[in-house]
Amino acid sequence: MIVQNLDRPTKDQPRLPGDLIIWVFIVGELTTFAVLFLVYAFARARNVALFNESQLTLDLTSGAINTVLLITGSWLVVKAVHAVKDDQARKGAYWLMSGMACGFAFLGVKWLEYGDKSAAGLDISTNTFYTFYFSLTFFHFMHVIVGLVFLGVVLPKTWRREYGKNNHNTLESSAAYWHMVDLLWIVLFPLIYVMR
Amino acid sequence: MYSTMNSTANRVWVILIIATATTYWVGESGMTNNNGTRAVWAMFGLAFVKGFLIIYDYMELRHAPTKWKLGIISWLVFVISLILFAYWLGQRHN
Repeated sequence: MIVQNLDRPTKDQPRLPGDLIIWVFIVGELTTFAVLFLVYAFARARNVALFNESQLTLDLTSGAINTVLLITGSWLVVKAVHAVKDDQARKGAYWLMSGMACGFAFLGVKWLEYGDKSAAGLDISTNTFYTFYFSLTFFHFMHVIVGLVFLGVVLPKTWRREYGKNNHNTLESSAAYWHMVDLLWIVLFPLIYVMR
Repeated sequence: MYSTMNSTANRVWVILIIATATTYWVGESGMTNNNGTRAVWAMFGLAFVKGFLIIYDYMELRHAPTKWKLGIISWLVFVISLILFAYWLGQRHN
């Protein structure tokens, strides 16, 4: 007797994790951020000296810590999804909470960074670089919050073991969005904090 | 199967952390100052590797239909290529 595991993707049976609608949403978000990244990059090309000088005031360490937090948050959510697929939903809920803790820590570090800039008299109207810095990073900041909301929605159901080996589409959709937030930061960090 | 997936996720996490530490080091060392073109290219090369791993192993598009997999990877290639093009333009005109 041949037993087929329907959940396991095979070479002949590719599978898009989560719901199709979340991927349409993700493509929209990636397109929006692509436009913003490129507008920043080409604006910088027209005024390299101003952008380089202003960039020196950014805290590279905060940016790197936030990168580590998002990467680790993504990794923990991957472990949550794997645990649920292995019918260990309660374990998955703990991983999910750990991933969310990384997201909240990211928001905390970013908030402190904004506080430092504000104390130094820097804001969105200081110059073109800061207009981009505050707009891009705050737009991303809002996406981290949306990602946390998505994870927060699936957390109680994961805790109550409503997701499992044969029912984890919504969890995968939330996880995909969360990883997208990480992917965006992977481009944003070198672009705004490091490229000179 | 899931223990294998977990160990892949763990390995990817280590690579991502090492790549982030390298990017941080490049920034802190000032290698990108004074037209450090090679350092900037290397840094975005690392960003591509990081993005690729997130797309393939964390977003789990490794086993997705080709159009989705290629579509999201193309986004990464497109964005990084144009950022590097804009960087090159900036060096040329300043």
